Amino acid sequence: MTQALIAKTKLADLVSFLALCGKVVGPVPLGHGQFKFAEVRSLAEMALDYIPTILPPKKYFMPQYETLLRYDGADGQQMQAVVEVEELVLFGVHTCDLAGIQCLNVVFSDRPRDLHYMIRKNHITLIGLECSDYCDSYASCAMLRNHLPKGGYDLFFSELSDGYFVDIKTQKGEQLVEESGLFEPVSDAAREQLQELRRAKKQIFRSEVPIRYQDIPRLFDETFDSDVWTRIGEKCLSCGNCTNVCPTCYCFDVMDEPDLDLTRGRRIRVWDSCQHETFAKVAGDESFREQRSDRKRHRFNRKFRYPMKRYKRMFCTGCGRCSRSCMAKIDLKETLGALMEERG
Amino acid sequence: MESIAINQSGYQIKRGRIEEITELTELEKLFRIVLPDDEALDHDPGQFVQVSLFGVGEAPISICSSPTRRDSFELCVRNAGRFTAALHQLKVGDEVGIRGPFGVGFPVVPLEGNDVLLIAGGLGIAPLRSLINFIIDNRRDFGKVDILLGSRDPESMLFCDELAYWRKRIDINFCCSVDRAAPEWEGNVGLITALIPGASLDPLKTIAVACGPPIMYRFVVDELLKKGIPESHIYLSLERHMKCGLGKCGHCQIHDVYCCQDGPVFNYSWVKKIKGAI
Repeated sequence: MTQALIAKTKLADLVSFLALCGKVVGPVPLGHGQFKFAEVRSLAEMALDYIPTILPPKKYFMPQYETLLRYDGADGQQMQAVVEVEELVLFGVHTCDLAGIQCLNVVFSDRPRDLHYMIRKNHITLIGLECSDYCDSYASCAMLRNHLPKGGYDLFFSELSDGYFVDIKTQKGEQLVEESGLFEPVSDAAREQLQELRRAKKQIFRSEVPIRYQDIPRLFDETFDSDVWTRIGEKCLSCGNCTNVCPTCYCFDVMDEPDLDLTRGRRIRVWDSCQHETFAKVAGDESFREQRSDRKRHRFNRKFRYPMKRYKRMFCTGCGRCSRSCMAKIDLKETLGALMEERG
Repeated sequence: MESIAINQSGYQIKRGRIEEITELTELEKLFRIVLPDDEALDHDPGQFVQVSLFGVGEAPISICSSPTRRDSFELCVRNAGRFTAALHQLKVGDEVGIRGPFGVGFPVVPLEGNDVLLIAGGLGIAPLRSLINFIIDNRRDFGKVDILLGSRDPESMLFCDELAYWRKRIDINFCCSVDRAAPEWEGNVGLITALIPGASLDPLKTIAVACGPPIMYRFVVDELLKKGIPESHIYLSLERHMKCGLGKCGHCQIHDVYCCQDGPVFNYSWVKKIKGAI
């Protein structure tokens, strides 16, 4: 079985079943139109009709503070590399965030592979949820072709009139479907409804910026010296919000956190941001991206241009979080528009 | 949250024991380090290791000994910050953590059979020393060897004994200059770039390798090009702060490459196309 159906009336039972098996994480409302991924025990706690959460599900794959080693310096440099894992099901992940996780997978499985990430990832079950409509004006998922499912999940739910069409991608997903006993075979009517949903999406989701996906890297190449970067640099506060909320930003710092006895402790990695002034500083206090405009340009290029060369994919998912959270109101779509205008 | 022990982590360290510490100048010390069971580090000239001291942290340090001398390796460390200050406190017999070697070092294979022009500015002599001693130990594989060294002043000149030895060898042309010196200094005074026009070399047979502070490169490259050395014959070791050494953390990224994995040594024909690389 590669596809299945689940009635809407049984969705609550599914969440309860998952919660009985282990930790379940889903989108939870925070008020003021904001959401976060947090542990849930029941469907009622979740808001499946949500806009991107403040922090992306990246936080479960690459925690903000992560132990790499535990050390004991009492007798020379003794240590044990460790990975902290937790079995969990991530429920209701939108396609933009699935794309973000796929980007992280590509980076951390690239040689030399990062075992800390790879092992943790194997403990997470991903259940995706299709968006039928736009989140808000910040989204640009259609421009980046992330409004449709492109894999990277164990199960993927698409909402029909009285149930969900479920795409089963992995053995883990298949096992879950079988063990829960809540799913039924797909009917022709359901297939037709799914096709109708996708047809409707074609009308709803249009590229938010008038540029073709394949032309975006060249736009950034040709506008490297653009005044747009100076203008954005003047606005930017270097706060690092955009990198913290980005589902594909993976830069980090490595540091030691000693215990009170100062002999034992742990070596951790912590999220870092290329937007901070010290990020690219070297000995002698020289910085290769001293200006905010340099750093802003670097980040945009790291989303749209550099990774195309290295990983053959863009590292912007179109979730809109960077624009939504920017204190200086630097907007991704406006930036793209300004670059296009400047290039002519 | 369950904590699983893993043995193949890229962050796992080897225990390196300090066998010898030599004070080179007021600021720099040379550490000779041995790995357990006398394991060879097995590095290429120009690569670096991540050195760690638990509780203090980790820092990338270039290896300054030649891989031809396999029983130990050497690191030249300037006391310049919190980590290096802690390193300078260590005694013979103490341990440091070692990860690596990392990166792509100097172009040993393209250098073979060619004349070699080595240009070191300040602390840049430390990584370049790994190549110089490699060349000395395989001297017949290389053509004419010119070493140009620039230093702030005579007091901050590193590896003075070795410099004297290189100067004495008839199969090496060694020339140095200091930015400033007291009147009793008998050598050259002036920037390293001033030494390049006077070097006698066959530009099409010469491969130039430079290692020094970032500011040096633009001027050095200009002089090398003026001498007629092709762009593809020039190699630069770029300074970046590598935090992980594994091509992930982003600190050393230059456009689409990670300096810690794809560098730190790059050919100038690549560097010149990348804005902000030097």
